[in-house]
Amino acid sequence: MAHFDENARPFSHKWLNERLAIDTLKRVLSTEYWIPKNINFLWAMGMVLAATFGLLLISGIFLLMYYQPNTQLAFDSVNYTIMSEVGYGWLWRHIHGVGASVVFLIIYIHMFTGIYYGSYKKGRELIWLSGMLLFVLFSAEAFSGYMLPWGQMSYWAGMVITNLFSGGSLHANGLVEWIRGDYVPGQAFLNRFFMLHVLLVPLAIIGVIVLHFGTLRIPHVNNQDGEEIDFEEAAELYKAGKVKESKVIPFNPVFLSKDVFVMGVYFILFFYLVFYHFEFAMDPVNFDPADPLKTPTHIYPEWYFLWSYEVLRPFPTDPGLVAFGFAQVIFFLLPFLDRSPNVAPASRRGAFKFWFWALLIDMIVLTFMGKLPPEGIWSTIGLIAALTFIGLWIALPIITAKEKKL
Amino acid sequence: MATNNKGRRDFMGMALGGFTALGGIGALYAMKRTWDPLPSVKAAGFTTLNMKDYKEGELVTEKWRGKPIFVLKQSADTVAKLAKEKPDDLKRLIKVGDGHYTVCVGLCTHLGCIPGFRPETNDFLCACHGGMYDVTAEVTKAPPPRGLDIPPFKIDGDKLVLGEEGPEYKKMLEDGITMPV
Repeated sequence: MAHFDENARPFSHKWLNERLAIDTLKRVLSTEYWIPKNINFLWAMGMVLAATFGLLLISGIFLLMYYQPNTQLAFDSVNYTIMSEVGYGWLWRHIHGVGASVVFLIIYIHMFTGIYYGSYKKGRELIWLSGMLLFVLFSAEAFSGYMLPWGQMSYWAGMVITNLFSGGSLHANGLVEWIRGDYVPGQAFLNRFFMLHVLLVPLAIIGVIVLHFGTLRIPHVNNQDGEEIDFEEAAELYKAGKVKESKVIPFNPVFLSKDVFVMGVYFILFFYLVFYHFEFAMDPVNFDPADPLKTPTHIYPEWYFLWSYEVLRPFPTDPGLVAFGFAQVIFFLLPFLDRSPNVAPASRRGAFKFWFWALLIDMIVLTFMGKLPPEGIWSTIGLIAALTFIGLWIALPIITAKEKKL
Repeated sequence: MATNNKGRRDFMGMALGGFTALGGIGALYAMKRTWDPLPSVKAAGFTTLNMKDYKEGELVTEKWRGKPIFVLKQSADTVAKLAKEKPDDLKRLIKVGDGHYTVCVGLCTHLGCIPGFRPETNDFLCACHGGMYDVTAEVTKAPPPRGLDIPPFKIDGDKLVLGEEGPEYKKMLEDGITMPV
């Protein structure tokens, strides 16, 4: 039976504690959530991502006040109303556009940090899986948002990406028309992608972010040496005042102050882009209104999708779709394809070191090739890079099974 | 008594689960139907073309179900040349009155970009991924898996009704010359 002190003043600490257990919450989620000392600035990327998502949410709310999800009005509501009539409308749009692009850069850094230090193994599998789920949801969010200004790139990206669902030779036109709600992207298409972008997908993202944090709480974050720390012992040492001897620090306020420092540096760069170089996130072709009877001469996705686009492009339709599907799901399987028991930085893991750098370089090459027209030597380099990508993943279980235990 | 109780609870649980599943399936069906194209979208799916209006060797882009439709009247020379070199491609042409026409959906069968017509070489090139088609819109260079699709049509005197399936179109489907659009 819960006991409530009748003399506690409403909203006083005691009053709240009896009703919400705020002391316990604070202890479990922040002051006694232990973070290893042996980490570097790359461990701050999670909070950088959370903050960027916050900026996208806030700027999105203000854009939503003037945006019109109508094929006749959408283009002008963005390019005229928001950009030149609404006070500071340009600010929200540039934050939203730059944020959407930069968030993927940070996601990739966050992912490759995890791969490099082996932070997806031995109790940390769910962190990786929920993180990959977030990557897929962010991709859906980016794609649906890209439709909304209803420019030429919006329209033709919508056409090409929804056509992927016909499954090549399966010729599933019915499915494609069902997704679009029309024979071609039109009003029904714009409306439903608007709904996805502003409600369903963000809702799912928020839910999975909570899950992602939850999966982190028990295994704790990894560290630079992949060392298995006895968190309880280290925490006792810290609480006993032996702060120097302890291998851990509390999340709040000690680690968070470092997070905030990294965020500070990040936001200087972020707002430099917002105010002075927003154009990198705004494709010039998308400043032409959508025209269903004219394809732009060269279409390509935003930079963060280029690597998977280039895995699709060099092959004929059916093998291309298979390769593309492979690229979409293979990262999910990483914790199970890595057969080595070692949790250690790639530099100490023998062949895995070369695998890591080969994957990173190959994906950068794919990204560049995806942007270039599919002609001559670029076609060939793209094909080799796509085959290398697939080959690397097939090789992963073999080279990690042979890895020596450290 | 305990076992008896358990049996009753199991029954309640199964009954609740069963009705919840039924309701869930119903809700999923309703959601699927909400995403379907509207009847008005489906009903607006017909376009009538007057085939006498077209000039030989000049590509005209019409619109059917929001998609671009290429109409190209072939010259007698082209038809004679095709009959000699590519008799199979001749079957892709639609004969209305005395004229032979290429009529097809102007969306690349790879991923749906609009290929461009090149009058100087009498063929189509898709700039997105480099696919090529000959003058009857049959594919000549991958990645497209097949020639441009021919929309359902019905010949009505000098007119062509797109969206209706006439006997000539049905025969094309049977012969595997085109696929349902």
